[in-house]
Amino acid sequence: MMPPLGPPLDRVDGRKKVTGGAKFAAEHNLENMAYAAMVMSTIPSGTIRSIDTAAAKRSTGVIAVISHLNAPRLGPAPGQPPAAGQPGAAAPPQQQGNFAEPQLIPFSDNKVHYVGQRIAVVVADTIEHAARGAELVKVTYDETPARLDMQQFREQGVDRAKSLFTKGDADAAFASASVKIDQIYRTPHEHHNPMEAHSIVAAWDGDHLTLYDSSQNIFAVQQTMSRLFGIPKENVHILSQFVGGAFGSKGSTWPHVVIGVLAARMVNRPVKVFLTRKQLFFGNGHRPETQQRVALGANPEGKLLAMIHEGMSQSNDVCTYAERFVRPTKAIYAVDNMRAINPIVSLNLPSPTYMRAPGESPGMFAIESAMDELAYALKMDPLQLRLVNHADVNPEDGKPWSSKSLKECYAQGADKFGWSKRNPEPRSMKSGRDLIGWGMASATYPAHRSPASARAVVKSDGTVTIYTGTHEMGMGTATVMSQLAAETLGIPVERVRFEYGDTTLPPTPISAGSMTAASVGSAVFGACDALKKRVAEIDGVDPATINAESYHTILSKHYLDDVEARFDAKPPQQEPHATQAFGAHFVEVAIDQDIPVVRVQRMVSAFAGGRILNAKTARSQYFGGIIQGIGMALLEETHFDKRLGTFTNVNFAEYMVPTNADVRSIDIIMVPEEDHDVNPIGVKGIGEIGIVGVAPAIANAVFHATGKRVRDLPITIEKLM
Amino acid sequence: MIGSAAATAGLLVAPLLGEEARKNAAATQQADPNAIPVALDVNGKVHQLELDPRTTLLDALREHLDITGPKKGCDQGACGACTVLIDGRRVLSCLNLAAMNSGKKIVTVEGLAGDGRLQAIQAAFIRNDGFQCGYCTSGQICSAVALIREGRAHSDAEIREWMSGNVCRCGCYLGIVEAVKEASNATV
Ligand code: FES
Ligand code: FES
Repeated sequence: MMPPLGPPLDRVDGRKKVTGGAKFAAEHNLENMAYAAMVMSTIPSGTIRSIDTAAAKRSTGVIAVISHLNAPRLGPAPGQPPAAGQPGAAAPPQQQGNFAEPQLIPFSDNKVHYVGQRIAVVVADTIEHAARGAELVKVTYDETPARLDMQQFREQGVDRAKSLFTKGDADAAFASASVKIDQIYRTPHEHHNPMEAHSIVAAWDGDHLTLYDSSQNIFAVQQTMSRLFGIPKENVHILSQFVGGAFGSKGSTWPHVVIGVLAARMVNRPVKVFLTRKQLFFGNGHRPETQQRVALGANPEGKLLAMIHEGMSQSNDVCTYAERFVRPTKAIYAVDNMRAINPIVSLNLPSPTYMRAPGESPGMFAIESAMDELAYALKMDPLQLRLVNHADVNPEDGKPWSSKSLKECYAQGADKFGWSKRNPEPRSMKSGRDLIGWGMASATYPAHRSPASARAVVKSDGTVTIYTGTHEMGMGTATVMSQLAAETLGIPVERVRFEYGDTTLPPTPISAGSMTAASVGSAVFGACDALKKRVAEIDGVDPATINAESYHTILSKHYLDDVEARFDAKPPQQEPHATQAFGAHFVEVAIDQDIPVVRVQRMVSAFAGGRILNAKTARSQYFGGIIQGIGMALLEETHFDKRLGTFTNVNFAEYMVPTNADVRSIDIIMVPEEDHDVNPIGVKGIGEIGIVGVAPAIANAVFHATGKRVRDLPITIEKLM
Repeated sequence: MIGSAAATAGLLVAPLLGEEARKNAAATQQADPNAIPVALDVNGKVHQLELDPRTTLLDALREHLDITGPKKGCDQGACGACTVLIDGRRVLSCLNLAAMNSGKKIVTVEGLAGDGRLQAIQAAFIRNDGFQCGYCTSGQICSAVALIREGRAHSDAEIREWMSGNVCRCGCYLGIVEAVKEASNATV
């Protein structure tokens, strides 16, 4: 059977990526293609009084200016799945649409809901002409009062995601606990900022649409286009071979896709849309700001008696997104009395969406910061406090875990880091002019899975091709699926070709929620297993006797060109286990005593995420999550001007993300974990857990170094002055 | 009004018709009166182009020559994804007008692997998994080539500092440092 730690194979698409051969969506330059440039609203709330397009239309190369004044009415959008923004829980996503703003079909009326709304598009023969044309469009508005401040409307929060969870009597238990922490934690708006801008190339041929889309959810895009444009699904062909990072921002169909497709139809030629970095900050989702109260009550031995986690986050009226920051609350520690709820305050801001570890990432910042505060209140080691409250079964429903190796993560991480040498006293550790701080935090993320299908075809020369719709945004899907197929069939990986990123292939779910390996992997495994059995059956032999050479031998002997098998993998209806990945981060920060810039000197992070298919690509994914976590802790914040109703630092110079110089030593420990219950291939998914817990581990280290508790991210220099 | 408000089985959007469509077609068939001639020497091949003077080198490569190795991450000089080599120096092609580079020797990531053989740095990026999505990779590699040639890859700290103009949102910095170190050792 398969080893718990898969071999560190180089990426199968590596050569393409280092030679410029990987074609991303906008790099499909079609014959006679035109360019579209968006016009964005400049007020947060009101109506468009007029759009003057005369100058734009006269401008060189401009083909059309389209807005609600001349656009045709589109069909109603199929909305996001019911558990909007939380992939994994919903019905087969390929049967659902994914239009991000169901209440705002582009160009359907003159209403403005937020700054940056796409209100018109200019189509021209070149990029330069389109951009110039868009500058010349003059819009006037009738403004109405806008809702811009979450605090001001806090009383109007709605539990949109039906998040309320109660167990025991949290308030009474908290009131009578002998040691308590009750604090407010805040996380800011953040933007995914994938390096590749959201982009499309759309081409119509009669009533058939071909769409190259930088998407992590092609089957839902197909469904959405079919409904909006009133054509059968079979007429819509979505291609997404390489995606230049997504982190959740490319899981929904955003307005520019609809507008680009509409424009291509109206001007009767292929249209390319490549959003500017500035535009990406408005109509493509963000992680919304949260305000979270965490109240913890414990007995003197550190046993948690009560946990209250509540607060609010931002959304708007045109999307259905809800940031579910209390999701980890129900999974992380054994507590008998709990109350958790995350209401949504609807404002005139752009639509938020899921961003790497939605819910878990901001939620665990609050919980794990509070746990550190509790440890200090108890005069107890923070790691010991977590061990005392280890959840042996799922706290939410009492179900047993399919597997859980959190204690091993704590032990191996602490050992490698040298945690036992920590002097708990704040400001006690120094190195030259630097204050040194050590902090830790737990990590967790659910093991999701959705239905997925795959087809495996073996040719008489013994080579195999796997066909499945899925996506490759850098997670290594093409590589690990090739490995999984090779291993299941018993052939060298060089004989496997993996075809994906195309809606004519068997359907797969959104690549999000850390569930691609589990979902698509189960389908690939099923198809390959079935194929092996079929080949054995053809020759009347036991499948166990099939080896790498059998395929060629048997197919030749029976004069077959090829043999194929398809598998539709479905998660079980009733899950007897709770399935969840866990981990732990240990961080050392160094902070200059006079100029308190925080530097993350070294980190040791241990994870148990079920079976690891490829040790090399898995390590990279963990690194990626952790490094975004460093960004979240120290750098990332999209500033919102409450007077103007707009995001302000909307470029790569002012929205800071970690660079090479921000990252020093990061040690990843992959705790081997065999899990036969989570799914047929034993993987839990690792795309998101890396980021969870990084920000609180750093904040806790900052407290240890300086004695200052920063409860609102990011931890910038002025908060430590 | 084109199309109908009802979600019927029929296609809801029709192409622009009649007068407007003819005007549109005519508009785009005219040669751009502002275009200027530019000769770009890319990866050893000279291309004669007629370009809008505002065309950046990056757009000239990507949109006019279909050389899409150089990537557009920000179009503002803040991310490094568009890095190419001009006369051996690393340059942000989004901050350069195409017209400024007539006659200069431009090398993009496509031009690095002579006769199909990868350069040491390209192979090192694969071996050390110095990328995930691959969108920043062309720029990282072009920067690394110049950095090694300039002798700025002596230590991890130096590599980290000098490679910091190339943002990788996938967070592949540790693999990138390893790759640059490995290729640098192979070159010296
Ligand atoms: S695209 Fe040129 S620096 Fe970002
Ligand atoms: S590999 Fe994705 S941005 Fe660097």
